[in-house]
Amino acid sequence: MQRTAWKYYPRQQDHNTEQNREKSPACVQLQLMMSSSFNIFRVGISVVIMCIFYKSAVDSLSELSPQKYFSTLQPGKASLAYFCQADSPRTSIFLEELNEAITPLQDYGISVAKVNCVKEETSRYCGKEEDLMKAYLFSALLFNEVKYITTLEDLQNIENALKGKANIAFSYVRAIGTPEHRAVMEAAFVYGTTYQFVLTTETALLESIGNEDIENAHLYFFHCKQVLDLTLQCRRTLMEQPLTTLNIHQFIKTMEAPLLTEVTEDPQQVSTVHLQLGLPLVFIVSQQATYEADRRTAEWVAWRLLGKAGVLLLLRDSLEVDIPQHSNVIFRRAEEGVPVEFLVLDDIDSLISHVESNVHIEEIQEDEDEDTKSPNMDVQDDEVAETVYRDRKRPLPLELTVELTEETFNTTVVASDSIVLFYAGWQAVSMAFLQSYIDLAIKLKGTSTMLLTRVNCADWSDLCTKQNVTEFPVVKMYKEGKNPVSYVGMLGTEDLLKFIQLSRISCPVNITSVQEAEEYLSGELYKDLISYSSVSVLGLFSPNMTTAKEDFTEAGNYLKGYAITGIYSEEDVLILSDKYAATLPALLLSRHKEGKIESIPLANSHAQDIIQIITNALLETFPEITVENLPIYLRLQKPLLILFSDGSINPQYKKAILMLVKEKHLDSLTPCWLNLKNTPVGRGILQSYFDTMPPLPLLVVVNLHSGGQVFAFPSDQAITEQNLLLWLKKLEAGLENHITILPAQEWKPPLPAYDFLSMMDAAASQHPTRKDPECTKEMDVQENDKKQHEDKSAIIKEPIETLRIKHWNRSNWFKEGEKSFRHDNKEL
Amino acid sequence: MRLAAAARLWGPPGLLLTFALHPALCLRPARTAAPPHRDYCVLGAGPAGLQMAYFLQRAGRDYAVFERAPRPGSFFARYPRHRRLISINKRHTGKANAEFNLRHDWNSLLSHDPQLLFRHYSRAYFPDAGDMVRYLGDFADRLRLRVLYNTTIAHVTLDKDRQAWNGHYFILTDQTGQAHRCSVLLVATGLWVPNQVDFPGSEHVEGYESVSVDPKDFEGQNVLILGRGNSAFETAENILGVTNFIHMLSRSRVRLSWATHYVGDLRAINNGLLDTYQLKSLDGLLESDLTDLAVVKDHEGKFHITLKFFLEESNQSADAITLPQDDNDNFAMRVAYDRVIRCLGWKFDFSIFNKSLRLSSSGEFSKKYPLVKASYESKGSRGLFVLGTASHSVDYRKSAGGFIHGFRYTVRAVHRLLEHRHHHVPWPSTEHPISQLTNSIVRRVNEASGLYQMFSVLADVILLKENATAFEYLEEFPMQMLAQLETITGRKAQHGLFVINMEYGRNFSGPDKDVFFYDRSVGHTEDAWQSNFLHPVIYYYRHLPTEQEVRFRPADWALPRPTAIHHIVEDFLTDWTAPVGHILPLRRFLENCLDTDLRSFYAESCFLFALTHQKLPPFCQQGYLRMQGLMGTESLRRHGIESGLLRDYATVGRPREDGGQRPVGSSPAPGLPVQPLDGNKEEL
Repeated sequence: MQRTAWKYYPRQQDHNTEQNREKSPACVQLQLMMSSSFNIFRVGISVVIMCIFYKSAVDSLSELSPQKYFSTLQPGKASLAYFCQADSPRTSIFLEELNEAITPLQDYGISVAKVNCVKEETSRYCGKEEDLMKAYLFSALLFNEVKYITTLEDLQNIENALKGKANIAFSYVRAIGTPEHRAVMEAAFVYGTTYQFVLTTETALLESIGNEDIENAHLYFFHCKQVLDLTLQCRRTLMEQPLTTLNIHQFIKTMEAPLLTEVTEDPQQVSTVHLQLGLPLVFIVSQQATYEADRRTAEWVAWRLLGKAGVLLLLRDSLEVDIPQHSNVIFRRAEEGVPVEFLVLDDIDSLISHVESNVHIEEIQEDEDEDTKSPNMDVQDDEVAETVYRDRKRPLPLELTVELTEETFNTTVVASDSIVLFYAGWQAVSMAFLQSYIDLAIKLKGTSTMLLTRVNCADWSDLCTKQNVTEFPVVKMYKEGKNPVSYVGMLGTEDLLKFIQLSRISCPVNITSVQEAEEYLSGELYKDLISYSSVSVLGLFSPNMTTAKEDFTEAGNYLKGYAITGIYSEEDVLILSDKYAATLPALLLSRHKEGKIESIPLANSHAQDIIQIITNALLETFPEITVENLPIYLRLQKPLLILFSDGSINPQYKKAILMLVKEKHLDSLTPCWLNLKNTPVGRGILQSYFDTMPPLPLLVVVNLHSGGQVFAFPSDQAITEQNLLLWLKKLEAGLENHITILPAQEWKPPLPAYDFLSMMDAAASQHPTRKDPECTKEMDVQENDKKQHEDKSAIIKEPIETLRIKHWNRSNWFKEGEKSFRHDNKEL
Repeated sequence: MRLAAAARLWGPPGLLLTFALHPALCLRPARTAAPPHRDYCVLGAGPAGLQMAYFLQRAGRDYAVFERAPRPGSFFARYPRHRRLISINKRHTGKANAEFNLRHDWNSLLSHDPQLLFRHYSRAYFPDAGDMVRYLGDFADRLRLRVLYNTTIAHVTLDKDRQAWNGHYFILTDQTGQAHRCSVLLVATGLWVPNQVDFPGSEHVEGYESVSVDPKDFEGQNVLILGRGNSAFETAENILGVTNFIHMLSRSRVRLSWATHYVGDLRAINNGLLDTYQLKSLDGLLESDLTDLAVVKDHEGKFHITLKFFLEESNQSADAITLPQDDNDNFAMRVAYDRVIRCLGWKFDFSIFNKSLRLSSSGEFSKKYPLVKASYESKGSRGLFVLGTASHSVDYRKSAGGFIHGFRYTVRAVHRLLEHRHHHVPWPSTEHPISQLTNSIVRRVNEASGLYQMFSVLADVILLKENATAFEYLEEFPMQMLAQLETITGRKAQHGLFVINMEYGRNFSGPDKDVFFYDRSVGHTEDAWQSNFLHPVIYYYRHLPTEQEVRFRPADWALPRPTAIHHIVEDFLTDWTAPVGHILPLRRFLENCLDTDLRSFYAESCFLFALTHQKLPPFCQQGYLRMQGLMGTESLRRHGIESGLLRDYATVGRPREDGGQRPVGSSPAPGLPVQPLDGNKEEL
């Protein structure tokens, strides 16, 4: 079950306020904390009780007598009152929490007060303490989600207001603060934005809508959304199960499900939300000839069975599965593996009664501390650790790389140019990367002069520390054993291969003739390398520009392995600078894919600037975004304009976007496209934007860095320059609605940890002897020996047992077996 | 003209000079021959002194070691008398990791030189003491440590001086009367004064330090040994086969080191006498307070045990003195002994320290040690540190600080403290992004020898940076000084910290504990807090504990009560790298302390998160977004899909015929995109 975000902010007064202003008597009677004459529709908080004396337990809570309490109520202000009988330990904890909540609540205009109930006080508002416990804070935070009403008229007003707009969850609880009230509030917390929650404690109101059972809490679902005719009443569905959070959740889920689904599949294969909720499915078997009539029947049945079973219309004609000739209803239970029943039923009532008698409503007891619901913390949820573990038995051809040790390391890296992977055998990420590394070794087998080696830092810890490796994995390249270059690219075969290949040439390459320079620029010189870097950079300098050359050389060194750079500074450099219209010193950028050569002046650029220039030059104007290159483009900190395409991009679209780029309409965006064939994870992205896969191609703007809104270009428009421009203008003007907002929540721990501190506390309180420090002198120990010993065995045993019972996965025979095995081992 | 001018100018300054010199000469005549100064003086060239010298030398400090003998390790030249060391020399562990191997090497000192490992000096598991002497000599020579041999420091005094680092200098006077002035004094003299008990007849008792080690001298004798430590049992072991019987008498019962987990207690290698005692082979153990005893020599030269009390009654000749058996005819020690041997251990030599140093003994339970703080600095005078065996009061009967394999690390800790205090070199640390947190801990608990040997004394400390995006890792900090961490290390602990310690289970170790009880080992991760054998424990504090909190911590706690605590379940192989058994619960603990998600992700997942979330988990932020994402391989991806942790996106979300029903598990609420990974679902 998911929750909507916490809503603390008070909404603006709703339109009902004024018209209900006169209804103040109801309020007082109802003990609504929204003071007096305002807003009977807003549930304020909890209950007012007449109480006479008060005793100071919590100083920072203002404690009031009823008279004072009412006198402090201000019109239009919410206040939270807590009624207590005595200071039992449980209420104290609650009061502590309440105390902490005072300031934040005041920020939202909610004042907090505590009212003491005298024990003899018989008023219903004091109630039984257990019932009073938890509802308050929920209420406090939810007063806008739930409307509190007292009369049938109130209910009708709400109903009328919401017809055609939203559905209503109306509930009656005996008193505020009861567990049922709490369950409703929790449901409102989750579904409050989708449905209007309405609450009453008035028995008269319940009776007036035809329910005599005032002893129990009830929840009705009012189907108002589809009611377009304001004169019609909203259809109501009564929830039949007791009001618990889980039951309400299930009930609302079934209300959300489509009333009737048409299927043409094998009834055994169909799956709907009902099955997941443990409800059966009823298939009304239909055929083309009687379709209309059957559909009406099915709808009728569906309304009758709403909340009890899922109803589907099955078209016999288009079904390949054999259905007995006469059967008109198929009944499928929620339990797995139970075969479907083929029924022949004469009328709807017998159908309903058949279903109702067969529905086994499982009473799912809720318990806050129920261990069975707690997730298994021992299940690996780290994808890297899990995949590496699952793959642990597959032998890797490790022999393709040379394993180095403390003894062999220095001689090896001096003797040959080496790539060294520093990893740790116990660390999942480095073991995952080791696989890529081995794949690389397979690729390079016999073709590279570079020696691929590895050091397991779990064995050679000191060696790794000496090489300044304190994290894993790390890849370094050693040429002639010195000045190792750390590899800082993606930890994958392709990227490391690119690094190794590009590192083969010096960086920058010294170009010695104009002809060589031309070959270099055309890509002829390093033909085999331009598949790794589609841009060649050439620095042009006059022979006397020493500083500029040094800066460029430094930049080139820095980019070693990531870019192809060359330097030309012969006397005849002017031939090149004239040809490419460059003012010395200058950079020539040759984009091999586009066959273009551009020049950038370099005057007064330091190494750092040059690195920046070259890095930017390596970016494309309309790149295909991939897993590997996304981070580079994210660095631009602009919203992404992504064209999702299933396969190659339509040249028309590309043209349109490039045109817009050229005309500088896309300067505030990073335009790119995503090929779902190359990057299938794009489907996951689309799914999170749209829920269902939209038709492709599809253009979206994702505002990643500020706000997280996602906008989709209307799919009914053609992706043309004009349409796009118009849409972008509307976007900019704020006229477009976002389709979704990316969640901004922090990444929290996926699961809780073992709370050893409380376990230790629990054990210590169970066995106070255990806590006793062992400060008895040695001499005394002698006498106590036997006694202590006995104590101890009891101590050791008992907490283990009590705590184990708490653990839900205790019956795991495998673990038990493993444990006894360990014992045996230790005996040895 | 010129000359005149010069003379005129010269006059007054000369006068001033005289005035300036005058008070200096008059008031402090001693200063005229100021003693040679050293920043650091180390007393004693035993293992601890040499170890400290090594660190001072590596740091380029001004230091000298004073040693009265002509060679290092003079204690080992004499002791143990029977020459067999009981510190293990494990030459093979099956592992190459040098740091790990130090966990099982109890004799080597720390150095960068792999040749200076003890396993190159002896093949014996329990090596000969001569090899230790040779090793220490080599250690001093190969590393060229500055040791002044044949220099006996006879007297140490204080000289107050505001200029001095600590407000005073230490003045050391050697046997020739030569003084040495030191800013910092590091006392590594060990314990070498034999413990003696004064009782009537104690003059008849032979000492361990001089008793014959030749078994022939004990042939057919009745022997009484006083003491129940390793030296007593070592002596007994040597003569067990030739005597009539051996009785051992001591104040308290024998403590077996395998029960107490304290290496200073009786080691199994020496306990042959326990065997013969329990099998009724005439040998025996007795307990009594030695100070009540008296030894009486009869006319045959045999020794009788009696009580001081009886002796006071009558000062008759030996044969007339009342013996316990006169009243109590089954008194255990009613036989006459041929020899009585005292093996009562040693104590610190307090005699050379002037009273002004206020170097006092450590109190009732560890009288033999000087009193020091947990930082090994004397409580009496700042700048005086006690190293080595003499510093054992800090962890007496708890950890290994009194032995080479323990104090080699505490010496390093003292050196790090001094480096910061006097040279502004902060405690060494490495800084890492938070995504490396789990790894850093796993690495250390699996290989660190200092943590393992000095369990519950030295602990690693992780200092979190602001917003917990990065952390600093400090190794082997004296954990009882936690409150003073900032001043000692020069590092800031403003944003919370973890302390990584190794611990035995509470109530597991002790002289009377049955360490073999059934169910002694814990295998389930959720029972890890009940682990009995040495295992890593991680404490999390939001704020640095105060001195008060450290001092008044619960009695059986190593540190004050933390915000949260984690035990890594004990492991039979002491290998805490099991992905689910060890690393996963640790990660969950760290995640919940920091309130973040510390899982690692493949680049593809990070890519998905980058485009579907406004924020990324730390692993993606610190890896993928910096172009260092983990790409993974096809076979790993397949495993990921099988496990359900990864999705096969190639088959995801294709429009289906059944009216576009969403696949199970997809997001039902708008605005909340699917969290594709199990376990990331928000729970109600």
